[in-house]
Amino acid sequence: MEISRLEFGKEIIKLADKYDFTVLNADTKCCGLENFGKKYPDRCFNFGIAEQNLFAAASGVANAGEKVVVSTFAVFASMRACEQIRTFICYPNLNVMIIATHAGLLTGEDGATHIASEDMAILRAFPNMTIVEPSDVIAARALAEEALKFNGPLYIRFPKAATPVIHDEGYKFEIGKGKIICDRGNDAGIIAIGAMTYKALQAAETLANEGINVKVLEINTLKPLDKAAVIDLAKKTGKIVTVEDHTIIGGLGSAVCETLSESYPVPVKRLGIQDCFGESGDPQKQYDKNHMNTQHIVAAVKDLLD
Amino acid sequence: MDSKKLNFLKEKAKELRITTLKMIHEAGSGHPGGSLSEIEILTTLYYDIMNVKDKDYRFEDRDRFVLSKGHCCPPLYAICADKGYFSKDELMRLRKYGSILHGHPKAGTPGVETVSGSLGNGLSVGMGMAMAFRKQGKNDIRVFVLCGDGELQEGAIWEAAMCAAHNKLNKLTLIVDHNKLQINGQVDDIVAISPLKDKFEAFGWNVIEADGHDFEELEQAFKKAENSDRPTAILAETIKGKGVSFMENNAVWHGKAPNAEELEQAIAEIRGE
Repeated sequence: MEISRLEFGKEIIKLADKYDFTVLNADTKCCGLENFGKKYPDRCFNFGIAEQNLFAAASGVANAGEKVVVSTFAVFASMRACEQIRTFICYPNLNVMIIATHAGLLTGEDGATHIASEDMAILRAFPNMTIVEPSDVIAARALAEEALKFNGPLYIRFPKAATPVIHDEGYKFEIGKGKIICDRGNDAGIIAIGAMTYKALQAAETLANEGINVKVLEINTLKPLDKAAVIDLAKKTGKIVTVEDHTIIGGLGSAVCETLSESYPVPVKRLGIQDCFGESGDPQKQYDKNHMNTQHIVAAVKDLLD
Repeated sequence: MDSKKLNFLKEKAKELRITTLKMIHEAGSGHPGGSLSEIEILTTLYYDIMNVKDKDYRFEDRDRFVLSKGHCCPPLYAICADKGYFSKDELMRLRKYGSILHGHPKAGTPGVETVSGSLGNGLSVGMGMAMAFRKQGKNDIRVFVLCGDGELQEGAIWEAAMCAAHNKLNKLTLIVDHNKLQINGQVDDIVAISPLKDKFEAFGWNVIEADGHDFEELEQAFKKAENSDRPTAILAETIKGKGVSFMENNAVWHGKAPNAEELEQAIAEIRGE
């Protein structure tokens, strides 16, 4: 179990001599970049607790030709600075990487004010925005260099807590590309993003033990969605379950339904936060409340098979 | 300022006022009041103070201007056309579908440095530019941001004010178009922003007060700002609707296009006929 957001931050710092970029920090401890200025004082500006200023200034820094890396909690990026991201970063299509941490129920004890459960729904509606969420620490490390090479507004979503490792070293993060990471058969397809991906893999294993053989499609990029991969999975399996640590409104489940209803309609069951706010307390209990644990994914697949 | 330069600036200002009102009339909507109050400020910047060139709006070391009060874009567009950044024919297509001249500035219009118009954000954007130029070691580039006074009710302005002073961004100059009116009336009746000088000084800024319609005072203010070790706020005392009797100090003209008759009268007044 490793904390992806911190490993991602370390990787970005490691790449700081290879890539020229400017770091803008809010006063949070989110991915370790709050220490960037100690090593690179000329390439770092601190904004304190002022996210509107942070993101509008990111627009100015990028406008002047810099690659900008901004980090803060996902709730503040997506909501406190929502308009600054939309109008001043996405509209002029500027080269700003937004590292947004503490997304989803793994924020746990901090409670609903700090649990970003709608961020992807909000930001997915902005033209020019790309949204990625690595599913484990290996994917997070692999993403770092891709994100620095990327040109345009990029929103990177991380949970707060540690998550299990599911990928092998050497994993390549291809922005915009879905990957079948478990291929046991065509009884159903599970589409997962971020921290939920390992639960989808566990569910696939449990189902296999019961003679139900599914595929798991890892979506590392919510926008632009790899529509071809989603449609292909629907064609092969005819039944889809989506899993995300985010409200079922507007995120992965919605994006998959939009794609399939237009191109290849099949039954879809969306798992995620059930249109409610997070609670303060153990994330696993919050997953239970929202039917997002492994047994719930298993049950959802069986429901579709009935 | 010698009289030749002064006359040149005065003529430019007249021309800009007339073009601005023609554009808004042609568009059928827009913001004449705040456009007319900022004319001398923009004229001084673009024809006297800023390092800008005719035709070439992209050279690297140019000074930057951010029109935070983006609704008052017609004079900026008129200047950009006058500088040869795009055809003057485009001016009469303001706010028309397919024109590069949006109702509030979009990014990518030649000579317009940034999207603007959602109030309260321009100071942060300009501050970000000044940060980048410091990082790049381009210490000669000045960044000018023009805000309205009603706009100072936006909290983000004060986030930026605090941050710019903290970082001693001395190449950043804010000009407040202090015309004292916003859409529904007197700024200080709606939510008071006074005392402005004290506020900016308390935030750590160098503050200069100037008559925002007096070219010599404006030039002096911009020159003084250049030598400051801190960011400078120029509080420019202005008159909303300046130059047109029936528009002056009248909030009704915040966001209303003149009809043909009103345009004709306004042009005559500006020409001094």
